[in-house]
Amino acid sequence: MTYYAYLVAVFVLLTGVFGIVRSRNLIHTVVCLSVAQSGTYVLLLAIGYQRGVSPPVFGSPPVKPTTSVTDPLVQALTLTDIVVSATVTALLLAIAVQVHKRHGTVDPNELVALEG
Amino acid sequence: MSRTARLMMFVVAGGAVGVMLVLGVLDLPHFGSSFHPYRDAAVPAAVAHATSNVISSVNFDLRGLDTLGEETILLTSVLGVAALLRPAEDEEERKPRRAGSLLDMTRLFGYVFLPLTLAIGFITVAHGALTPGGGFQGGVVLGTGIHLLYVAGSYHAIEKVRPVEALEYGESLGAGAFACFGIAGALVSASFLGNILPWGTFGELFSSGSVLFLSCAVGVEVASGVIVLLAQFLHQAIEVESHVEAGKA
Amino acid sequence: MSALIAVALTLVALGAVAVVMTDDTSRQAVTLSVFGLLLSVLFLTLSAPDVALSQIGVGTAIVPLMVMLAIRRTRDKQ
Repeated sequence: MTYYAYLVAVFVLLTGVFGIVRSRNLIHTVVCLSVAQSGTYVLLLAIGYQRGVSPPVFGSPPVKPTTSVTDPLVQALTLTDIVVSATVTALLLAIAVQVHKRHGTVDPNELVALEG
Repeated sequence: MSRTARLMMFVVAGGAVGVMLVLGVLDLPHFGSSFHPYRDAAVPAAVAHATSNVISSVNFDLRGLDTLGEETILLTSVLGVAALLRPAEDEEERKPRRAGSLLDMTRLFGYVFLPLTLAIGFITVAHGALTPGGGFQGGVVLGTGIHLLYVAGSYHAIEKVRPVEALEYGESLGAGAFACFGIAGALVSASFLGNILPWGTFGELFSSGSVLFLSCAVGVEVASGVIVLLAQFLHQAIEVESHVEAGKA
Repeated sequence: MSALIAVALTLVALGAVAVVMTDDTSRQAVTLSVFGLLLSVLFLTLSAPDVALSQIGVGTAIVPLMVMLAIRRTRDKQ
């Protein structure tokens, strides 16, 4: 069971993609994309974890700095990724709203032709 | 392509990707091992720059260039949403209906927690170099905290308090301050986004040089960006309707 | 591997299935909010408080709010 965390991350990613494939509503698709992105966050943080150590923050007044902490690089990567992907999700939702205004539906099966 | 054909194709392709991912994952170091070469390089570098929060140091000092790129993505997405959700020619604004009654408990909750949340947001941004926090987290807390006024009050209340144009300027100012600081670093010490401000003492508020300044710049940008985004969505959902809907109503 | 992390991981996996399988979009916004909360608990047990802070604000409040507003805007008015 030493690989359980990584397998859960892969599972969450594939579940998100499965949701995108079977979706009948553009907004449902965007939410499933958000779930798939969360799978990558779990993978990154699982790689950076070390058993029984503290987070890489030394506080104020500071404790003695040591390299016996969890990996700060993957955490920095993940936290900027979370905020930025929220704004990209907003962009996708705005596109879904515009599609509804132009075509009257958000069902991807009914959006057949790209009108010129 | 019909729906069942698409699902069958996903089963085959997704299965293949899943197998490859699992095989790749089984080659990683064990979960919880102590083999982290990036950490062994990053923590001493952050401590040498007198920064207690190594993650903020990585974001704003050691890898500031990546954060500049992320800020640009944020700015562009907010710009894209503002362009997409602009009211079209065939839409008109209507006055939002006065909502139904509001529980007194909700109103009390909003009024008590609004100043608390804003204070926590400012502290999280300002202490980005010392405690878990920084520009991104504090900006998110500030941006959502102000919408307690919408939950506990009304749409009119938050419209009065939130000047969208000023916030749009504020967002560009935050992103521009980051880039200008980088250029200043290049002019002074020949490295873009170098840590040129005085480093101070490890563990105090005004330590870590440029991390405090860049954390505030990113905090301003993220908070303004979130408020502008939510403003566009709220405006579309509450105030705008098309002629078709007005005709049916 | 500690039991707490194993439980958090299992809850996240179940939460992902719940979000994907909810077809009604307004209900899915609420499920997404709960999934965001479960994720931030997982990040906290993995000793990543910065990431948990970020995820709470974004995944529990901002994204579900935008989803609900988008749903309201795209609802077919019969």
